[in-house]
Amino acid sequence: MKKRVLQAWLLGFLLLAVGPASAVLEVTVTEGVTGAIPVAVTPFAWEGPGSASEDVGQIVGANLVRSGLFDVLARERLPQAPDGPDGFLAERWAAVGAEYLVIGRMRPEEDRVLIEFHVFDVLANQRLGGFRIPVPAEMLRRGAHRVSDIVYEQITGDKGAFSARIAYVGVTGQGDERRFTLEVADSDGANPRTLFRSNQPIMSPEWAPDGRDLVYVSFENRRSEVFRHNVETGARSRLAGFSGINSAPTWSPDGKRLALSLSRDGTPNIYVMELETGGLTQITRSNSIDTEPAWSPDGDLLYFTSDRAGSPQIYQMRLPSGTAQRLTFEGSSAGAATVSPDGKSLVYVQGGEGGLRLARLDLETRRVTLLTSGRYDKSPSFAPNGSMIIYSTTDRGRGILGSVSRDGRVHQRLAARSGEVREPAWSPL
Amino acid sequence: MNVMIRWGLVLLMAGVLAACAQPKRDLTEAERQAMEAAAAEAEAAELARREAEARGLGIDRDLRADPLDDPQSPLAERLVYFDFDRDTVRPEFIPMLEAHSRYLSQNPGARLRLEGHTDERGTREYNLALGERRAQAVRRIMTLNGARDSQLDVVSYGEEMPVAFTQTEESWARNRRVELVYDVRR
Repeated sequence: MKKRVLQAWLLGFLLLAVGPASAVLEVTVTEGVTGAIPVAVTPFAWEGPGSASEDVGQIVGANLVRSGLFDVLARERLPQAPDGPDGFLAERWAAVGAEYLVIGRMRPEEDRVLIEFHVFDVLANQRLGGFRIPVPAEMLRRGAHRVSDIVYEQITGDKGAFSARIAYVGVTGQGDERRFTLEVADSDGANPRTLFRSNQPIMSPEWAPDGRDLVYVSFENRRSEVFRHNVETGARSRLAGFSGINSAPTWSPDGKRLALSLSRDGTPNIYVMELETGGLTQITRSNSIDTEPAWSPDGDLLYFTSDRAGSPQIYQMRLPSGTAQRLTFEGSSAGAATVSPDGKSLVYVQGGEGGLRLARLDLETRRVTLLTSGRYDKSPSFAPNGSMIIYSTTDRGRGILGSVSRDGRVHQRLAARSGEVREPAWSPL
Repeated sequence: MNVMIRWGLVLLMAGVLAACAQPKRDLTEAERQAMEAAAAEAEAAELARREAEARGLGIDRDLRADPLDDPQSPLAERLVYFDFDRDTVRPEFIPMLEAHSRYLSQNPGARLRLEGHTDERGTREYNLALGERRAQAVRRIMTLNGARDSQLDVVSYGEEMPVAFTQTEESWARNRRVELVYDVRR
């Protein structure tokens, strides 16, 4: 056992040594809310020698625009910004149309940078809050995402999710030249890092609740097997390599168990694996396809896809092993459910005449709302604050990522400069 | 350039060429024929080796005797296609699967990998399961026709390895398939 762990670490070390990612994502907001809130974000002044390594004000502004809820004023329209909280004159900002104002400055302190910023409500003529956050000098970009989270929360009252990261699968080349990569990037697509590369397919990445590990399916041994991969250390180990398919792994909310679909007994059923012991509990016992499990936030329920009634539909089951209850009835098929962080709704892939689209099911009212209008919208993943869903879609046959706000009103696309990207998974906060 | 030097260069080059050509003139006709025959043989062997490699063998055997390589044989067919979201093997593929089953029963050492695939219409993990179901359906028919279970390996790639890339019914139909891949041929 000890030897196996050591091997896993060595393997992880080698995998970390792979080069920079090719799949830098570029974001475009394709459809925003009419009446987005106008916000002014001034350049964050650098109070030290030389200049700042990142334009923090620009990153914050871009994040706010990406949320679809905000319209960020062009810098050249902005009046002179005050140095601190005391010089704020509401009428000067109201005159250029801003409803909110963010000012900030940065000061290097040894190997850290101290970011200080203030958020003002222009219409109410008051300061909402002032904050000081220290970040390691080389992580200024992450600091900017943290600032964005706080600004978002100050204005909307909801937590921001800009500090979270996304994992996704990248694909380049065709035929024998096809290469697959597992990538992790900031929520804005910046800083992509390749965790793993293979000339065989990679599928189904999912984050551990602590954000340190990913699980995914890799075909590196010419069959589907489940692997665990530490994002920081690169340590890697195989969790499931039973006969048949090993697929659709997803972490329990307490991080101790994994739900997955195994066909070791002939047909795919849902199992729960204790991560510490590797022990398996069989949850479903059917001759149909049972796959794509998803946990409720309290860990008491599993949602999954099954074609036991003919076409694939979504069912729920109370653990440890209750009876399955069918949840979806609209469209010709349903699958790949992702649960909202508050546990009140599912977003899933609905099949119908028009193709595959994302739909949201309100678990209390059982009302279904269509969120997207694509033909190949798949693999949805909720942002950790529940504000948005990121998913796979296609643009003229090329795999790209899309994101849609929880209410279906704000749409964006994230495309790689080269190659295809798919199966995004939003990390916890 | 100086005329003298130019002529000097021409003469020098002529000398070099003459020196190069020298040994050939000494070969007898028989020797020349033998050399040509050897070269042709080496070329043919290389071609056969590359063909074998392309078929995933990597070894040179007498391939002409292998019925798997006879383009007229039903054994040359290695693809079974399926309807959307179905794992039923259509009747037109049964004779071909019977032929492969017969081959396997006559060659107990042979091993066949059944790779199940789907089109992109469906969720990914469901498709992985559907691909397996298709490969299992093919395996059932083959074991009923004389292949041993131990000769057959079922693998599913779901929608991950398409062979056609346009978003049309034509491409989808080509991607909904089970591929028969001989890992060991006899």
